[in-house]
Amino acid sequence: MSVHAVAKSLPLPDLARVPTVDEVGVDERVARFQTRSIKTASKLEALKLVLSMIDLTTLEGQDTPGKVRQLCQKAIHLHDSFPGLPHVAAVCVYPSMVEVAKRALQGTDINIASVATAFPSGMSSRAVKLDDTRMAVAAGANEIDMVISRGKFLAGDYRYVFDEIVAVKEACGGAHLKVILETGELGTLDRVRRASVLAMHAGADFIKTSTGKIQPAATMQVTLVMLLAIRDYYVETGRMVGMKPAGGISTAKLAIHYLVMLRETLGNAWMSPEWFRFGASSLANDVLMQIMKQTSGYYQSADYFSKD
Amino acid sequence: MASANRIPVDKTYKIYIDGKFPRTESGRYLSLLDKKEKLIANVCRSSRKDFRNAVLAARKAQAGWAKASAYLRGQILYRIAEMLEGRAEQFVAELTMQGNTRRRAEKEVATAIDRLIYYAGWADKYQQVFSSVNPVSSSHFNFSVLEPTGVVSIIAPDDSGLIGLVSNVAPAIVGGNTVVVLASEAMPLCAISFAEVLHASDVPAGVVNVLTGLRSELTEQFASHMDVNAVAYTDSDQTTACRVQTLAAENIKHVVAREAIDWSSDSSANPYLIRDTQEVKTTWHPIGS
Repeated sequence: MSVHAVAKSLPLPDLARVPTVDEVGVDERVARFQTRSIKTASKLEALKLVLSMIDLTTLEGQDTPGKVRQLCQKAIHLHDSFPGLPHVAAVCVYPSMVEVAKRALQGTDINIASVATAFPSGMSSRAVKLDDTRMAVAAGANEIDMVISRGKFLAGDYRYVFDEIVAVKEACGGAHLKVILETGELGTLDRVRRASVLAMHAGADFIKTSTGKIQPAATMQVTLVMLLAIRDYYVETGRMVGMKPAGGISTAKLAIHYLVMLRETLGNAWMSPEWFRFGASSLANDVLMQIMKQTSGYYQSADYFSKD
Repeated sequence: MASANRIPVDKTYKIYIDGKFPRTESGRYLSLLDKKEKLIANVCRSSRKDFRNAVLAARKAQAGWAKASAYLRGQILYRIAEMLEGRAEQFVAELTMQGNTRRRAEKEVATAIDRLIYYAGWADKYQQVFSSVNPVSSSHFNFSVLEPTGVVSIIAPDDSGLIGLVSNVAPAIVGGNTVVVLASEAMPLCAISFAEVLHASDVPAGVVNVLTGLRSELTEQFASHMDVNAVAYTDSDQTTACRVQTLAAENIKHVVAREAIDWSSDSSANPYLIRDTQEVKTTWHPIGS
């Protein structure tokens, strides 16, 4: 198999040299990000930036074509009574729903992200995972969100995890690859850091915290550790890698805390949907409600916003 | 055994949101003084964000509370009355501390307990009184029933510490609404102690939320929040009343004006106060001719 041969030829990063994480330090740093005061005009710009970074997501067994079309409609028309709003970065669905999303999003530049590789558990064979990926790409997905094999990672089979990411990256072709570490199952921040390094060296375009199916999903602590890994990788190789926290970010206030953390960790270069995404299903409406509050002066009600 | 030089343990009067007693997020407070300018207590000077948090809690609690059976809501109101009865002495002491005579205070607490019993009794009866079967000229069975309007914000009367608050909160919650109430600015202490009574009475978290603070700061918030379905005010001047009604129009809130009412009198309690925060739902049900 040629794919396997290519994978074998890439050297594994030296995980023994990955620095350990000071958990107390991370907690303190995160607490400080939450004390920044972002008000008025800055807040409005931050909220718009958050909107433009959202991967509007529906990943339910009960998803129907109708539900996906509704989601796409929401992605295009966030809140038409407020002109000048950006649209979201992408819509994120299961592979079988990519075609529906592609048709619904025709004529827009909203990306179509699809989860793949036996999402969310990743408990299947390499061949099935690669087929899953190719199927999503063939249907029109231009971003693939893969899950790593956490079981193999925890058992110490880093080679397997690394090769798998390399192989999926190749199966993606031109599509962007986001690698989900599922940090809620990794247990410690040290492992999060090691998994981040592994994924980036294997060719990930983005690293992503969670599937959203496991608690805890994204936390600011985990995201900070991953951002630091991205920074060090950039210093080492000169290649920029994107970051996507996903799951549990449902309020505008929390999203702005994440932006503060991004700005103070990676700097302005990463402050765009090209390099940072929020994986969320209910964040968009809260951000819209905050934007309307900023402009009307009145606290808003969910009754006046379309469901997503 | 209490000794003479025991260090006094004073109560911190905090606000009540979502079944918890937080301090105001703003960190501000007001000092409550007696007639001799002596400090009685510090109370929270709630901010609009406290109000926003309270509305979130009230919204979250509303569907569940509306779904509780009328019987259960009545039982819980009885329970509030029972708990208040057991702590009557504390409320009398707080009312006297805030300038009432002891006799007046005792009467006010007794009336408040009776008022709760009164509305508890209405819990499973107001629906029958206000609902109707309507004659229509087509083959439909047409009937109208009441449904709670949702989240109600109440600016409680300023001139009483307890009875005004109880008289306005009870009819709103007995009908399945959830409430955010601003306590009397002049006499705020009993409102917070009443929240403790609610907390011990199986009232689900978020059904009643109690804030203390300045009317001048909070009235507009109470009237303008888009997720509030009805606003009740009790003693506003003309300018404020006008402002409340204008802001309430933003999302077509019910505006309930209850001005110049003597809440200590029995005649101030009636089922129309329940009706004030209800919506009428009319159903057309096809029938054979």
